Amino acid sequence: MGAGVELYLPGAGGRPATLTPGFVREVEREAGRMVSRCYQCRKCTSGCPVSHVMDYQCHEIIRLVQLGARDVALRSRAIWLCASCKTCRERCPNDVDPATVMDTLKVLAVAGGVPLGRRRVRSFHRAFLTTVALLGRAHELGSIALYAAGAPAAAGDLGLGLRMLSRGKLKLLPEAVRGRREVAAIFRRARELDPGRRGRERTGTGTGAGADGAGGGATAGCGGEGR
Amino acid sequence: MTETTTLKATRSPAAHQGPGAAATYLYYPGCSLHATAEEYDASTRAVLGALGLGLEEVEDWNCCGATPAHASSDFLAAALPLRNLIRAERQLEGSPDLLPEVLVPCAACYNAFRLADHHVRRGGEAGRRAAGEVEAIVGRSYRGEVTVRHPLEVLGRREALTALSGLIRRPLKGLKVACYYGCLLVRPSQVVSFEDDPEHPQTMDRLLAAVGAEPVSWSYKTDCCGQSMAVAERELVTELSRRIVRAARAAGARALVTACPLCHMNLDSRQGPGPAGEAPLPVFFYTELLALALGVGRPEAWFRRHLVDVRPALAGLGGLEARDSA
Repeated sequence: MGAGVELYLPGAGGRPATLTPGFVREVEREAGRMVSRCYQCRKCTSGCPVSHVMDYQCHEIIRLVQLGARDVALRSRAIWLCASCKTCRERCPNDVDPATVMDTLKVLAVAGGVPLGRRRVRSFHRAFLTTVALLGRAHELGSIALYAAGAPAAAGDLGLGLRMLSRGKLKLLPEAVRGRREVAAIFRRARELDPGRRGRERTGTGTGAGADGAGGGATAGCGGEGR
Repeated sequence: MTETTTLKATRSPAAHQGPGAAATYLYYPGCSLHATAEEYDASTRAVLGALGLGLEEVEDWNCCGATPAHASSDFLAAALPLRNLIRAERQLEGSPDLLPEVLVPCAACYNAFRLADHHVRRGGEAGRRAAGEVEAIVGRSYRGEVTVRHPLEVLGRREALTALSGLIRRPLKGLKVACYYGCLLVRPSQVVSFEDDPEHPQTMDRLLAAVGAEPVSWSYKTDCCGQSMAVAERELVTELSRRIVRAARAAGARALVTACPLCHMNLDSRQGPGPAGEAPLPVFFYTELLALALGVGRPEAWFRRHLVDVRPALAGLGGLEARDSA
């Protein structure tokens, strides 16, 4: 792969995309899936409920990975707009499991510090995981408050929040587990195992340039540091 | 193995959950059933209790991690459910009367649990490594001695259906419902599904039909409502939800029925009026409607928590107290 292949994508000003040979192997290793098996039948895209808002269709993301267009794939909006409904996984004749590949690409995008195609989705994941890391259980109101603190536009759902509060659907006070120490240790280990962290340890650098700030890594900054 | 035990229990609706029950399952409610979907928790307990099936909560359970976990770290997505499964096994050891099955009503938690269990059992080297990491943290290994089940699977067995039919006090006659399964109960089918055809699931339809309702035939049963992105991608998720409601309405349904607290929240809160200005379609948990038919639990109190008024859909059934107008 790579030698002799040039990839011209729309909107790239007629310049070929930078290709990273070996990217497909990296993704296959991280995802535990055989991405190279895809023969572009497009069954995944045909059943994808969010294909109409994606910049690259599901089968195109898989193709970008095969070709080594690392930057294009990692910066795409598509990987963040994937709803994780797993229809693609269910129907893929080659067991490529695009839904899992999308997750791997999210992790690599955060670890690689590239500008994220849909940062607010990532921000919500982070807010949600922060409550879980601290309490051991999710807290709706807490995670929405944390999310809104970083994304003022989220206030648009205030009306819905109030209606839910009035029906007793949102709990003001969170529940916490006694085994918080164990949960915190799980989060700590997840951070140690993150490809971003492993990459920096290999190269001995601390890039810290990630969209997630100095911490880097998809589980970084999710609190629970032994507290 | 527990089929016969379950069945004997069905004739004694008085035998309620707890120590007196003929069979007691381990139970993982998950965060939603303790907050946004308390009515799902209460109605699940009421229906299983009516069949003589008890539930014992997994002690000190933690969040399964849901989509934010699997989108951020493979390890997190496996480890958070595994801590719960390990706790369930420990609990089982101390109580020989418990069935070695964990019932998980939240479709998202159920999916995460099945995937984590599968990862350890069948995930080869990666699965073993994850299990080893978790053992090092919680001081005990996951042995795979428990089976993760969705209550829908237990209730959908022929014997349970027969027992339910014998307990009906208020048949849901004429209530046309669209049974909505969503993603997480059916995909990936090899790991999570208990349906004969995961692209065309039937368990909820059979249950609702058993208590007199009329499930409609429609084609959006397993389409995604988008809930995992509901906060960050509001417009997209509203569009996905409305598409599902529109299809249910077009098929003649007066209500949607779901087995997932996330789908419920989404469909109950985001649909708006119908194309010709119709009132929004009520969204029920399947257990709420079963409990209503069996005359157990407090459906009126549960329905007050819904955002869409359920009364128009239930008007023909009679006997329901009017909802407080507050």
